[in-house]
Amino acid sequence: MSDWLGHAMASPALVLMLGAALIACLPRWLHGVWLLVIPAAALALLWQLPMGLHGQIGLFGFDLTTLRVDGLSRIWATIFLIGSFLTGLYALHVDDRIQHVSALVYAGAAVGAVLAGDLVTLFIYWEATAIASVFLIWASRTIKAHIVGLRYLVIQVISGLLLMMGTIIHYHATGSIAFDHLGLATPGGWLIFVAFGIKAAFPLLHNWVQDAYPEATVSGTVILSIYTTKLAIYSLARGYAGTEALITIGAVMTIFPIFFAVIENDLRRVLAYSLNNQLGFMVVGIGIGTPLALNGAAAHAFAHILYKGLLFMSMGAVLHRVGTIKASELGGLYKSMPWTAAFCIVGSMSISAFPLFSGFVTKSMILTAAAENHHWIAWLALLVASAGVLDHSGIKVPFFSFFHHDAGFRVREAPLNMLLAMGATAALCIGIGVYPAPLYAILPFDVEYSPYTSTHVINQLQLLMFAALAFVVLFRSGLYPPEVRGLNLDSDWLYRRLLPAIGRGIRDSVAALRARIVAGLGQLAGLAGHWLTDAFGTNGAAARTWTTGVMLLWVTALLAAYLLLYY
Amino acid sequence: MSQSDARPGLFERPGVIRTIIALIVLICAGLVVAEFFYTKHPHFGFDGWFAFYPLAGFVAYCFIVLTAKMLRPALRRNEDYYNERDRQALQTPMRDDDHE
Repeated sequence: MSDWLGHAMASPALVLMLGAALIACLPRWLHGVWLLVIPAAALALLWQLPMGLHGQIGLFGFDLTTLRVDGLSRIWATIFLIGSFLTGLYALHVDDRIQHVSALVYAGAAVGAVLAGDLVTLFIYWEATAIASVFLIWASRTIKAHIVGLRYLVIQVISGLLLMMGTIIHYHATGSIAFDHLGLATPGGWLIFVAFGIKAAFPLLHNWVQDAYPEATVSGTVILSIYTTKLAIYSLARGYAGTEALITIGAVMTIFPIFFAVIENDLRRVLAYSLNNQLGFMVVGIGIGTPLALNGAAAHAFAHILYKGLLFMSMGAVLHRVGTIKASELGGLYKSMPWTAAFCIVGSMSISAFPLFSGFVTKSMILTAAAENHHWIAWLALLVASAGVLDHSGIKVPFFSFFHHDAGFRVREAPLNMLLAMGATAALCIGIGVYPAPLYAILPFDVEYSPYTSTHVINQLQLLMFAALAFVVLFRSGLYPPEVRGLNLDSDWLYRRLLPAIGRGIRDSVAALRARIVAGLGQLAGLAGHWLTDAFGTNGAAARTWTTGVMLLWVTALLAAYLLLYY
Repeated sequence: MSQSDARPGLFERPGVIRTIIALIVLICAGLVVAEFFYTKHPHFGFDGWFAFYPLAGFVAYCFIVLTAKMLRPALRRNEDYYNERDRQALQTPMRDDDHE
């Protein structure tokens, strides 16, 4: 192996970032080439790196390991780089330097973070993902995107600060900054856990996903959907595999976003809730922590990035052409955008885990691991959530945009580069589903697993087809909730309404108290003023004209007192 | 963008819709029949009951959709509830008092 491969400079992350720096100054017509060449070059470099720890450098008095290549980090870096290539293709037509640069820096930071061998390197890249990604939201150049971007950035930076504090405490307790299994035994471990939990969108910490992702640009949302949350899933798999609490957290994560997804009108926000639900499956897998479960989490993250990206791409194409992504306004688009509709359906069938599609061969590993380890409540939750996935991502997204009633939009099919990106992603979704062996071969652990048993195929089809039948029954009987305009309250209400209201309340009561004190002091001052006026004012005792006799009397009295005192 | 032509599209014709529904029903029926022709490997006991997966799919789906429908009145607000203008409204300039 060549000597230079062991150096920190030979990092796929730095390839992407240097590429971004070049795009910042290259003429527009070269952007397209670079957007595809750079991720491909970085992917080639990643697979040239030998397994093990490389790229040791000294920084701030720490010995950092900037490149750790093992089964877990390599599969994540691989799918991040594939994602970067596909989103580069999808965004080829975009004439916006800022988006291209931030997309590559963001992807580079995410790749750098999964390859980080220590917590300090992780922290640096962790913050870099936050800062690079917010530009994809601001690039919408709307007032709302500006506000949302700020909110997003604050939450991401809080996660970074918690990671930094946790790292410091962990370092003082153990004397090590290595990013290996951390666990919840120490306070540092807890802080880092919460930092990861924010980015992994744990319940109640989740809402930044649904708040921010749908406000980014058409390609920005696709890019955002790939990295931040899956980086957090990777970090949990690295630091907290087998942590029991994650099973409960993950099970809750799979269930509650479904209800929001069913009643949400903005289809990109529906997909953001669906993303949250899919993360739940991975979190459960990490919580179980057996080799099969961790393989399942890794494989599911891999497949998820592709099918979720595909769904966001198809909805992005609709938004690009029609100008809205509200289910209540859309319908009948299969006539104008047949290819986009077909690709969207491939994404829907993949996320719903139909046999021969990617979700089937990955999700089933997590469910099997849950069953084998007798976590029957979590298993049931995942089963219910699977039926829910079929509703919001399998049926609702394609049905209300491309079918349902014809809303009358006659638009052009998506641009060629978007179609190519969607086609390639769809091909990967089907390819993994039909022939999962290459994906299984790069999983972190060596576990024998076969998804295509007759029991499993029949059971999965029974679950999905009867759920689809339920949709038909509910829709035809008018019980299915109609798509209507509106906004649904979620946990962000706590910090967008309740917290400001409490703040205002405190501010108002402090102001009222201050006013009362000032008024009281004013009254006192008034009284004192009156007293002084009475004594020394123009009509006061001190200002009266006195007769000579009275004066003499007082002088005599004073002299007498003087005499008495000094006698 | 132009308005629609009068002729209904392929997936709007009642015959096509009826055929799709009939297909789904047929497949479901076939999947119930399939219960008799494979060996089950239940992990918990209850997952080995007759027609457990079909029932789970149907009931779970109805539970999710109907629960969400009941939650909607409690959760739904006006689109401008948070007073942050969305992209369609951007053409009209913001007034100063729109800021929180």
